[in-house]
Amino acid sequence: MDEHYDTAVIGAGPAGGNAALQAARRGLRVVLLDEQPAPGGQVWRAKSASIIAAPTTPESSAGDALRSALGASEVTLRASTRVWDIRRQAGAWTLQILRDNTSLEITARTLILATGAREYVQPVPGWTTPGVIGLAGATALFKHSLSLPGNRTVVSGTGPLVFYVASEIRRLGGTVAAIVTPNSRADWARAVPAMLGQPKLLARGAVWLADLMLARVPILWGHAVSDVLGTDHVTGVKTRNLRNSLTGTEFAADSLCLGHGLVPNIEAAQMLGVPIRHVASLGGWVPEAEPDGATNVEGLYLSGDGCGIRGAVAAGLQGTLTGARVARDLGKSAPTPSLRQWQRAARFGQAMTALSHPRPEVQALTTQDTIICRCESLRRGDITAEITTGAASANAVKSGLRAGMGPCGGKYCQTAIAGLIAAQMGKAIADVPPPTPRSPLRPLPLGQAVGDFDYDDLPIPKPAPL
Amino acid sequence: MIRLVANQAAQIRRSEQVTFTFDGMPVEGHSGESLVSALLRAGHLNLRHAPNDNAPRGAFCCMGLCQECAVVIHGQVVEACCTGVAAGLVVGRV
Repeated sequence: MDEHYDTAVIGAGPAGGNAALQAARRGLRVVLLDEQPAPGGQVWRAKSASIIAAPTTPESSAGDALRSALGASEVTLRASTRVWDIRRQAGAWTLQILRDNTSLEITARTLILATGAREYVQPVPGWTTPGVIGLAGATALFKHSLSLPGNRTVVSGTGPLVFYVASEIRRLGGTVAAIVTPNSRADWARAVPAMLGQPKLLARGAVWLADLMLARVPILWGHAVSDVLGTDHVTGVKTRNLRNSLTGTEFAADSLCLGHGLVPNIEAAQMLGVPIRHVASLGGWVPEAEPDGATNVEGLYLSGDGCGIRGAVAAGLQGTLTGARVARDLGKSAPTPSLRQWQRAARFGQAMTALSHPRPEVQALTTQDTIICRCESLRRGDITAEITTGAASANAVKSGLRAGMGPCGGKYCQTAIAGLIAAQMGKAIADVPPPTPRSPLRPLPLGQAVGDFDYDDLPIPKPAPL
Repeated sequence: MIRLVANQAAQIRRSEQVTFTFDGMPVEGHSGESLVSALLRAGHLNLRHAPNDNAPRGAFCCMGLCQECAVVIHGQVVEACCTGVAAGLVVGRV
């Protein structure tokens, strides 16, 4: 079954969803592809079928609005669909997708990548212990299954997500053992001017914090989890004061939510030839794109957090800009919306991103014996030894040690490895680009990629004449 | 004690409880919730052992990227965080 569209949108979060809506409204034939069973992305993730009724949240309401708008639109939604390869052939994009255990091909004149973000977690001793999950991972549990990471949870990391996660744990009936954040109160004071532009979000954050203080949940500012205790599962955490490196309070817990900011998912854009650059204020390596998503690659557009962490509000606005741009480029009439609103929302998002800027005292939590590459169980000492032998790039460490060739494809080790290369070689982090991405973009069962075939149908070339 | 964030656990209505098996052990879960959610609640945190050092691993990213929660269903390796609970589902270790 082949399908052809004017535009294919990968990722049905705020950016991709709104880009698809806008493009369809301007008369384009649009297909919207997403891994999840329903649109919403990570931030507006839909509830699972296990939830019959539940109180609404700002995230569930925003997601429901996007889902109903898409349901009422002409957009063709392909959910529970994984895109594993993208190629430019004969002036169109060819996408290999995996759906219902079958590999299919979709073609489109233009392509919008709205691939969003993943989480960076600074490796600390014991972070591979079962019971440690990402902060963003915890929000997936809350939104999808309305379930808890454990009975007694330490919430640790940078930015606003620690307070959101702690607050959701309390809303869903769990217990927060402590909040441990490398950010200081002064870091937050610096973010306030940019937050004033989004008073609703600012007020929500103030409620989270006030509730946690009323509940006497310990909040350790300027601290980090330095060790996760437990072998088969988490039993507690040790903490460290980052200002004076002194040992902080130890907490008993059966779970730890840990995260240090969001990282744009750039692999698809990078693979298709969009130049990338390192912009710390946007979360690290970002592909170069106009505010409306246009790139230097013909027919390719980028939108949302995948081209820089600016947050969900900005992503939704940018999606509309991108959908309109694609429609105009394909000869439809579409307005050129103002950038003002997007810029204001982006200012808030970037102030939140700034709270997660890498800092040496957090990077120093990764000891020589700490596993960095989870897939291959490679420790920091393994990586630094490889760099000492001359592996001066992420690609060299990858080909030498397989760090980045495991099932996750390097998504959870490359930021830490680039930091180690930069520190050891005396380079700027902007001079250590991520490794070359290749398809398959997602793990792919070989049998499903190949599909059904008969051995007799395989073309066998005639043997060469002797 | 004053709560500014209300405990809404009692207001959530969930689907019926069903039984599936993990590594041969019966586990209760709500039909349609993620396997990771049901396994965490049942205390099954250790889902597999890392191939190189045999150390225990469990769900980590919860969004289908890290592959730490890989389990086997119908002979196929799948992510437990992206797979729903169903009655009678047989979930094995990798």
